[in-house]
Amino acid sequence: MSELSLEKQTNATPDDEVVLEVDQVTLKFGGVVALNGVDFHIRRGEILGLIGPNGAGKTTCFNAMTGVYAPTSGNIRFLGKQVSGRQSHQITRMGIARTFQNIRLFPEMSALENVLVGCDARHKTSVLGALFRAYRVRPKPEELPEITGTGLTRAQSRLRRATAKVFGVSRHTLEERAGRKKAMELLRFVGIADRANDLARNLPYGYQRRLEIARAMATEPQLLCLDEPAAGFNPAEKESLMALIRRIRDRGLTVLLIEHDMKLVMGVTDRIVVLEFGQKIAEGLPSEVASNPKVIAAYLGEPDDAASA
Amino acid sequence: MSTTLLDRYATARKALADNWANGPIWVKLPIVLALISFCFYLPYLNILPFAQIRTDLGAGGTDWSSVLFLIVIYMIAAVGLNVVIGLAGLLDLGYVGFYALGAYSVALFGSPSSPVTEAIARKFDLSEGWAVPFAACIPIAIAFALVAGVILGAPTLRLRGDYLAIVTMGFGEIIRIILRNSEFTGGPSGVIGIPKPPGPEQDGRDYFNSLDVHRWYWLALIVLILLMFAVRRLEHSRVGRSWLAIREDEDAAAIMGVPAFKFKLWAFAIGAALGAIAGLLFASKQGVVEPNGFRLNLSFLFVAMVVIGGSGNMVGVLIGAFLITYLPERFRGFEQWRPFAFGVALVAVMVLRPQGLVPNRRRAKEFEDRRHEAKEAAADV
Repeated sequence: MSELSLEKQTNATPDDEVVLEVDQVTLKFGGVVALNGVDFHIRRGEILGLIGPNGAGKTTCFNAMTGVYAPTSGNIRFLGKQVSGRQSHQITRMGIARTFQNIRLFPEMSALENVLVGCDARHKTSVLGALFRAYRVRPKPEELPEITGTGLTRAQSRLRRATAKVFGVSRHTLEERAGRKKAMELLRFVGIADRANDLARNLPYGYQRRLEIARAMATEPQLLCLDEPAAGFNPAEKESLMALIRRIRDRGLTVLLIEHDMKLVMGVTDRIVVLEFGQKIAEGLPSEVASNPKVIAAYLGEPDDAASA
Repeated sequence: MSTTLLDRYATARKALADNWANGPIWVKLPIVLALISFCFYLPYLNILPFAQIRTDLGAGGTDWSSVLFLIVIYMIAAVGLNVVIGLAGLLDLGYVGFYALGAYSVALFGSPSSPVTEAIARKFDLSEGWAVPFAACIPIAIAFALVAGVILGAPTLRLRGDYLAIVTMGFGEIIRIILRNSEFTGGPSGVIGIPKPPGPEQDGRDYFNSLDVHRWYWLALIVLILLMFAVRRLEHSRVGRSWLAIREDEDAAAIMGVPAFKFKLWAFAIGAALGAIAGLLFASKQGVVEPNGFRLNLSFLFVAMVVIGGSGNMVGVLIGAFLITYLPERFRGFEQWRPFAFGVALVAVMVLRPQGLVPNRRRAKEFEDRRHEAKEAAADV
């Protein structure tokens, strides 16, 4: 616990390297201006909150960052490289991962397989590689298959280990094995390893939300974008989610968080950007933002309006 | 009554599948080998009562080996279509187009009397009766199918669901109409003199001839086993996983780093190649191709095999192909009733077992859950 608070203090002045730069981004759908000159940046290792009333353009901003929509004007740069104009899967491989506001897992795949799909983003086996498995790699000692089981099963695993030593292992097999290990580790990290083999659609709601985070983390992102991860959570669940987000940051990831719940946002973020009607109306430390009159007006309504109503 | 029987079948099947999935290799391997050997022995099957399954017992029956051969050909096609429909979730109603492409590749390049080989022979001043050897026709057919799969897929795979089905259906018809109306394909009368695979001469005849059909069956069986092995490898790799992810939620898959379009194109091309191999073997055995052999209803038959057997499950698809090809041949006496029986069977499967006879593991679970949900909803009322 003390470590966590210490971490928090050091992150008050995070590394100055800018990970993501949203530069005067405007996004129009016909006549509707969803984003209007939005401009902010995220530094490495920080947790940035993106808040705003419903329809403010938060999710649209996410979609522009992950290649779902291309901005009408303006630039989004990730580690100095242009993001807009690339396809979703390329952006993922650059190092941006996201979760969805309305959960979008692969319902008929197991939790483990869901995470494995994320792991595959970093795998190199091609279709022909998976078919012929001719690309042999000499495995490192720790990558050799372990000897397990009893009797014939044990003999089988011994044989597998011996052949791996002599003939090497195909890259497919090696990646598959490493992926499985990584996926299980991530499931444990988010705390749902006990249901690894259940179909995603059969998992409880809270588990599904956590599985989305694990799947996104499996793509080995540098920037993790969470779209309302606490939607529908009770206070206890929100508390543990906050802890999880801090642990994610401690793993070296930068986090961009969209959230409605003010308590959660104030408790976990280092900095906050506030959007309203597609425009940035405030930016700063949580305490600054919370006392900003514009923000209060956006969330509670203008006092004048209230008086005239 | 029927539901209890159905439930019993469902539990038994599930128990068998689970046992099989958890069984050790030294139990599975002998069983698989025994099954394969039995398949190779099938043409000679003559011990009563098992011989009852033969189709040539009564007068006017079909040659047993020919039926077996056709079953295996359709199995190859069904395994290919299963990649497209069952794994990647792309409804392809024009699969017969690729089947025809394979058949016509070997016909046009391999037959000395086809317009294409004649033109090539004239152009390069080759001797009379020159043709591409059979072995070279195989890569040609596969290459044609892959290219056709990519050409058809590149523009159409941007479509989804019903739209894709309609466009592919059109493709199937276009191929047939082109074959029928073009000079270079021999027009409505087709092509004759399609080459057969080489082999040692036996009893004064070629190894592969029109009398010893069981050898064709064996050849097709070997090809089927190899292709099943290949498809299995793809299924159990990141490729298969990507296909499933695309089937489940294409946009989410793309955002998780799956190059969705590329993998859909691969699924299409691989399916096309398998269809072409089936068509090639079929044409080679027949010795003749004509455009009317590749009507659209064959496409629907292929889809029916995949759906009835259990979309996404290789064993299910094999059983589907077997039933749909075998039953009409075995019960030829009821020939006039065939379309009727087929319709009733389809409706029955869709009502009683919408997931197919041997469903994919996930599909089985999905349908089971839905049934429970429906029961719970009914109980709430």
